[in-house]
Order: sequence, then structure tokens, then C-alpha cells
Amino acid sequence: MFLIFIAITLGITYWASRRSAGANAFFAAGRQIKSWQNGVAVAGDYMSAASFLGIAGIIAFQGYDGFMFSVGWLVAYLTLLLVVAEPLRNSGKYTMADVLAYRLQPRPVRAMAALSTITICTFYMVAQMVGAGALVALLLKGSGISFSTAVIGVGVLMIVYVVFGGMLATTWVQIVKAILLTIGAILLSFLVMSHFHFSLYSFFDAIGHVTYHDQGREVVKDFLQPGLRYKPPYGPLDLISLSLALILGTAGLPHILVRFYTVPDAKTARHSIIWAMALIGSFYIMTTFLGFGAATIVGRDFIATHGGNNMSAPLLAQALAGDIFFAFICAIAFATILAVVAGLTISATTSFAHDFWTNVIHRGVERKPGEEVRVARVSAFVLGAISMVIAILLGPTVNVAFLTSLAICVAASANLPAILFSIFWPRFNTTGAVAGMAVGLLASIGLILVSPSLMAIDPPTVTGSARHLIQAKAWFPLENPGIVSIPLGFLGAIVGTLLSHEPTSRHKFNELLVRSNTGLGAEKATAGH
Amino acid sequence: MPDDTKLDQNAQTVWDRVAASREFRDLMATKKIFIVPAFIFFMVFYFLLPILVGYAPSFMTIKVWGDVNLAYLFALSQFFMAWIVAALYVRAADRFDALSRDIIEAAQKPKDEKGGQ
Repeated sequence: MFLIFIAITLGITYWASRRSAGANAFFAAGRQIKSWQNGVAVAGDYMSAASFLGIAGIIAFQGYDGFMFSVGWLVAYLTLLLVVAEPLRNSGKYTMADVLAYRLQPRPVRAMAALSTITICTFYMVAQMVGAGALVALLLKGSGISFSTAVIGVGVLMIVYVVFGGMLATTWVQIVKAILLTIGAILLSFLVMSHFHFSLYSFFDAIGHVTYHDQGREVVKDFLQPGLRYKPPYGPLDLISLSLALILGTAGLPHILVRFYTVPDAKTARHSIIWAMALIGSFYIMTTFLGFGAATIVGRDFIATHGGNNMSAPLLAQALAGDIFFAFICAIAFATILAVVAGLTISATTSFAHDFWTNVIHRGVERKPGEEVRVARVSAFVLGAISMVIAILLGPTVNVAFLTSLAICVAASANLPAILFSIFWPRFNTTGAVAGMAVGLLASIGLILVSPSLMAIDPPTVTGSARHLIQAKAWFPLENPGIVSIPLGFLGAIVGTLLSHEPTSRHKFNELLVRSNTGLGAEKATAGH
Repeated sequence: MPDDTKLDQNAQTVWDRVAASREFRDLMATKKIFIVPAFIFFMVFYFLLPILVGYAPSFMTIKVWGDVNLAYLFALSQFFMAWIVAALYVRAADRFDALSRDIIEAAQKPKDEKGGQ
């Protein structure tokens, strides 16, 4: 059965890459990516392990609170649409670092941007590794492969495939996977509803009375009720913190922002966001169905002993339509993870190799031909290795949507203040940017390290990877530090700016202002990547 | 981008001139009239969800239809709110585009007369 899965995954990837070769030639011939294509590709970036596996997992285990993740993720696109996307596209540059370097001194700003990009990509990558490892471990359950082995095996394969395989991150491949994932989700939702005889009433009735075992005792919970994950005393605050991080973070995610440079102009960027929102929104509404379906049809107890909460959606597929469908869903999920890993690797390694290594350390001069590419390859392996280690340490029960929300929190704290102030604040300067990004990064990561995700005192009944890494009472009570780290990021940027003067930045503000608002002088997009 | 720093005083004043022009300021005003209230609206609407859910749970768990409660419906409505605001923005943006086009044309005319950049 694992072989079926491998066959399907390779088939999808191979077919999509072949088509991509043709599509790229087409794009390179001068035509550019249309808004719907870019929108679907953006959606594909988003609909990865985090949403499909992760949100279904939280909802399957903790009901309503998982829905909050979906909501935040979609509404975040409004921030992108109304405030960030068009100015960025109009400013005509390729990456977030390019935009920041527009008014400010390039070296310090690129260095910080590379640092934050790599950090965010690492978090995201860890989530993908956990998802991929859990998938493979589940599929090979019979042969006794552990999660750790699965992560290492799969991780190495993915990185090697990505570094030497090339085409995986291309827009077309993302599009194909997004479409397949949507079809899979629609099929699953249909099957869930047919299980309940297409009666929404009985579906919600079942959700209202979910049974499982909590520490040995059987409980019945209303899964439509908020509060199963975010309980008092800190739950409500944590929820607000999460919401803040989600709604602001997407507009600061480097690998999402870079997608808007592959469209010809701001108007197309705008329309592609609309397409993305339509797809993502519908997809998320479906995943909540899947999560509730998994909670009621498969049950938390079964899922917990068969791969953990991240496997809720595939296990639902298995329960409803047997092993072939299960393999199909696993394959699509895995293929999407692979594509996202490819995108992240490219984003992080080009940021390191181009922004940091060549521009910052060697002042824009490539000492030997091909050096930049080699640096990128090496950094890909390092990134992969670090993510794998962290994924193994965290274990299969850490929810991947949750991990992604942490990455988004870092983006909101470190990147967004710099981006916003660069576009909107004349006085903003390099010191401000560096300070803001540094404070945002340190605050978000620091608080995550001392949060209940990593620090807690577990009773002896909790064993293995479910035990927290640091056995002590958490210093910071919230899972998501957004409500503290994001304001700190903004504050850092403000204080840094006010403490120094940089007339050149102010002079260039009008140029950036006019460009970003009108599109005057904006570069035409390069052909799709 | 490097080109701009090498260009003479003339080029710099082009941006300043455009930025100070009435057409550009009209564009900015038109944008602000839509974007600022829209932003405030969706932020408030969005944050009401975690605030109410966290701090007024007994209200939010009132069942409206079968087991479906207010909390679920409000969360669901966020999706539709987002889609509607996005659609409204696209419509408003067509107006911004028209104004921008005028500004670009106006900015490029004197350059052509002077023999280009």
C-alpha cells in the first residue's frame, strides 16, 4: 500500500514537472502568469501540511478552537490586499529585502532580512517535516518505522529531490497540486456528508456530542463550544494573541510576498489575491468539515494511537473509503508538502546566498563562478538538517498548523513593521529597520522558547515525545507570543528610527510613495519561476 | 534602483513634483477614504470573534439551530466578510487605477518633450 502511495506521488510530481517545462517555455516566450494562475499558486503554497493536516487535526481533537486558525488565515489576506501587496509590486523589486533596501542602506537591511527569512522558513519547514514524517510513519506502520526514522528518511529524500530536481517549486506544479488537493477535499467532504445522510442537522448533532477518552476517563464534549484548547485563565488572551499574529503575519511572509513579483502588474497581483482568497476560503470551510468529520466518525482515541492529530484527515479518508483513497489523500498531502518544502528551500537559500553571502559578506562580488549556487545548495542541506532535528525533538503530536502559526508570528513581529514603515513613514531609517527586525525576531523566538509549547511539567503518564522539552513551569503563559512580540517589533522600529537621522531615506520617500501608489516606473515582471 | 541615485537633481524633483501635484494628492485622498475605514472595519469585525469567544462564552454558546451556536456562525461569517470586503476593494481599486494612469501619463509627458530620461 505504501507502494501505491509512492507511485501516485511520483506520478503527480513527474507529470506536473513535465508540464511545467512546457509551461515555463511558454512563459519565457514573453507571456506572463495570469492572475488566476498566480492566485491558485499562492493558494497552493498555503494549502499545505498546515491547513489540510493541521487544522483538521486541531478540530478533530479540540473542536471549535481550530476554526480560529482558519479564520485568521483567510482574513489575513485582506491585510495583504488592502495594505501591502500592491505597493510592494509597484515598487518593482523582487524580494522583500529589495523593497527594504530601496530607501535604506542595503547591507544591514539585507542581512537582517536574510536572517528573518531563514528563521521563518525554518519554522515552516519544521512543520512540513513533522507532517511528512507522520504521514510516512503511518503508512509504514506495519514495518515498525518510528517517527524519527521517517523524518530523517523522508527529510533527506525531500531535500535531495529539491536541490537536484529543480522544477518542483514552479508555479505550475503548485497549481496542479492545489487543484488535486481541492478535489481530494471535496471528495472527502462529500463522503463525510453522505455518512450523515446529507443531513446538516445530524452532522452538527454529532459534533455537539463527541466522545473520547481523556486520561483514561470517557468524556462527552460539545465540539462546537469554544475553549477546549484555549481555556482560562490565559486562553482568551492567547486566542487574541494568535488572532493578531495570524492577521498580520501573512503580509510579512517572504515566500508568499515573492509570488507577487511573478505577475505583470499591481492589478494582476490584486486579482490573484482574490482568486487565492476564493480558493483558500472554500478550502478552509471544507477542512473544518473534515476535522469535525474526523472527530465524529473516526474519533480522537483512534487517531491518537494511529499517528497523532496531524493524521486526522488521511485517517478519515481511510475510514470512509478504504485504503486506496487513504493512499490517494496521503499522496496528495505529501506532494503538496514537497512543493512547499521546495518553495521554502528556494526562498531561504536564495536569501542566504544572494542577500547575505554575496551582497553582505562579499560586497556584491562573486569570487568564483557558481559560488552562489554552491552556497545555496549547502545552505539547503543545513536548513534541512536543522529542521529535521527540531521536528524529531518535537515529535509527531505537535500540530503542524500550530507550528505554522508560530512562523507567522515571527513574520508579523520581525518583517511587517519594517515593510509598513518603509512604505508609509517618511522618517523611517536603517537603524529603525534593523532594530525593529532584531527586536521582533528576538522577542517572538525568545518567548516561544519559554512558552508552554516547550516548557511544562508533565505528569508521569505522559511519555516519549509528548513530554515537553523543558520540564519546568513555563515562564511565558501564552502559546503564541504575538500580543507581546508584535508591538515590541513595532516599538523597536520606532525607537531605532527616532534615535538616529538618515536624510537619504527621507529624500527617497517621495520616490517610493509615488511609485508604490501609482506604479510609475514599476518593472515589468520577469517570467514565472 | 542604482540608476536613481546617480541621476541628477532633475530626477529627484520629478518624484517630489509628482508627490506634491494635485492629481497625486487626489489619488491618495481617494485611497484613504476607502482603505482606512475598510481596514478599521475588518479589523474590528475580525477581533470581535476572539474577544467575544474568550470573554463572553455564555453568550457565544447560545444555540441558534440545532447544535449550531452563535460562535460557529460568527466564525463562518468572517469568511463571507472577507470575501465581500475584498470584492468591494477591487471595485474601488478600478478608480485608483484610472487616477494612477492619468498621473503616469502626465508625469511622462514633460520627459518626452525634454528628450526623455
